Amino acid sequence: MNWGWIPANLPALIEATIDHIVLTAIAVGVGFAISLALAILIHRDRRAFGPVSAFTGLLYTIPSLALFAFLVPITGLSLLTAEIGLISYTLLILVRNIVAGFDSVPAEVSETAAGMGYTWAERLWRVELPIAMPLIVAGLRIATITTIGLVMVTALIGEGGLGQVMLRGFNFRNWVAVYTGAALTLALAIAADVALVAIGRLATPWATRRAS
Amino acid sequence: MPDHHAATVEFDHVTKVYDPAALAKGVPGAVNDLCLSVPAGRICVLVGPSGCGKTTSLKMVNRLIEPSGGRILLDGVDAATRDVTELRRGIGYVIQQVGLFPHLTIEENVATVPRLLGWPTGRRHERAAELLSLVGLEPATYARRYPVQLSGGERQRVGVARALAADPPIMLMDEPFGAVDPIVRARLQDEFLRLQEDLAKTILFVTHDVDEAIKMGDLVAVMESGGRLAQFGPPAEILAHPASDFVARFVGADRGLKRLSLSRVGDVPLRNPVSARPGDDASAARGRMRADPFPFLLLVDAEDRPIGWLDQDEIPMSGQLEAASAIAMSPLLDRRTTLKDALSMLLDADVQAGIVVDRHGAVRGLLTVDDIAERMRAGPEPASEATAR
Repeated sequence: MNWGWIPANLPALIEATIDHIVLTAIAVGVGFAISLALAILIHRDRRAFGPVSAFTGLLYTIPSLALFAFLVPITGLSLLTAEIGLISYTLLILVRNIVAGFDSVPAEVSETAAGMGYTWAERLWRVELPIAMPLIVAGLRIATITTIGLVMVTALIGEGGLGQVMLRGFNFRNWVAVYTGAALTLALAIAADVALVAIGRLATPWATRRAS
Repeated sequence: MPDHHAATVEFDHVTKVYDPAALAKGVPGAVNDLCLSVPAGRICVLVGPSGCGKTTSLKMVNRLIEPSGGRILLDGVDAATRDVTELRRGIGYVIQQVGLFPHLTIEENVATVPRLLGWPTGRRHERAAELLSLVGLEPATYARRYPVQLSGGERQRVGVARALAADPPIMLMDEPFGAVDPIVRARLQDEFLRLQEDLAKTILFVTHDVDEAIKMGDLVAVMESGGRLAQFGPPAEILAHPASDFVARFVGADRGLKRLSLSRVGDVPLRNPVSARPGDDASAARGRMRADPFPFLLLVDAEDRPIGWLDQDEIPMSGQLEAASAIAMSPLLDRRTTLKDALSMLLDADVQAGIVVDRHGAVRGLLTVDDIAERMRAGPEPASEATAR
């Protein structure tokens, strides 16, 4: 084991970690935006739930390698190819959790909000979304951790962040590189989860307080 | 909204049909040709069994439900012609489950409509504190709490405060005190009636509880299934002259007794008991007793506060009256006590008469079981009682 490999490749490791974070952030960010729009559509008209659910479910069942193999001839070995795949896998989890969040708003709260003269949009942004927040954050945690793992797979199409470090490690029998890549990915997943829990707590002080 | 504190509410042949196909087959609609007129500043209670359309009628006022036919006039203006958002912001709305926003503090909950109306922060803050005090919640203690930290009764109070926040001329209250235990409910009812004396809002109040309807209503609209109005009038009139068998059954066989809850001890002409102070001359007191049919002498202290009764046969022939020989006190009645409660107190104590005292405890008169029974038999006084509040 050549542990000296780590300090010698520190700049490359940092770059790979940043790549990994960026790939994950783009996937979860764009995935969340699309999912929120779909969830609001379902919230407005429940009949949209079946088709949206079927479509995102279908995307989720496609094995990741198969999806990339299908996309490469169209979009090439590119960031776009990687992100299309990564975003697709966040949709099912996020849409379901955001819809569950909207459903968790008590009927009497929506009714009094309407009765007091909230417009539809005011009700959505100021009442329903904040109350849905705990379930939305729960969805974001699962989506983020899943994506951090999936980003590794995109190493096969030339992206991959820390996945690249591991892939090269395998190719050159450099086990230090393999372990380092794996350890950093794990650390990233734990850090992201802890951060999301903290953000969730800050965003929902009302959910954690109990009768004094 | 015009700048005053109450508005008239008028249902003009209002109908709500959810399923026109069923209606054609003879199934009644939710609300059927409802005509009601509520004067400004009064509480009108809609009461009836479940499925009688009372909640539907209420929700048509703030257009959470749109009528199928007819008009609802608020201060003479058809609600259907108003902008729905602006209309709702001008109508207070309280429901049984309260529906406080769990993610907002109590202060933010109360200031909801002012915020929608764009009031500046300072004014919202002041208004929330003022309203919390009004409903009996200390702002320093409650303003920053979240709804989950409050008891059921406290939440109901916050719900009322929130509905009052923008000083709406009209309030809609759908079983607002329905989710709390009977003791808390009675207290909330009393407090609300006291508030209403100053606020004088026009209030539509829905309940399925006849006793609550009689207690809260200046006017009571009894509704029956199919959304038909069975009777509309002051509570005393409905109790004295039910318009149909349905109304008579619905208000209950004890309606004579219920009428007693509409009058207070202070409304009845009180008897003046023969009274004396310890140390007074006994034979003079005996002499005064002979002129009065009531066989007991009331001993009072220097401030006219009652000490106890002396049986006329126990009064000494001569000498002075002594406090020590006075026997057990009758229940003390306040002028604000309802006759129903007074009767119950007298029966519980197994006595014929109660002493009515003022705030300082001084004797104001005497009320007997017979006086109350007389009142129960007498005809109604709808006009005076309807305007009593």
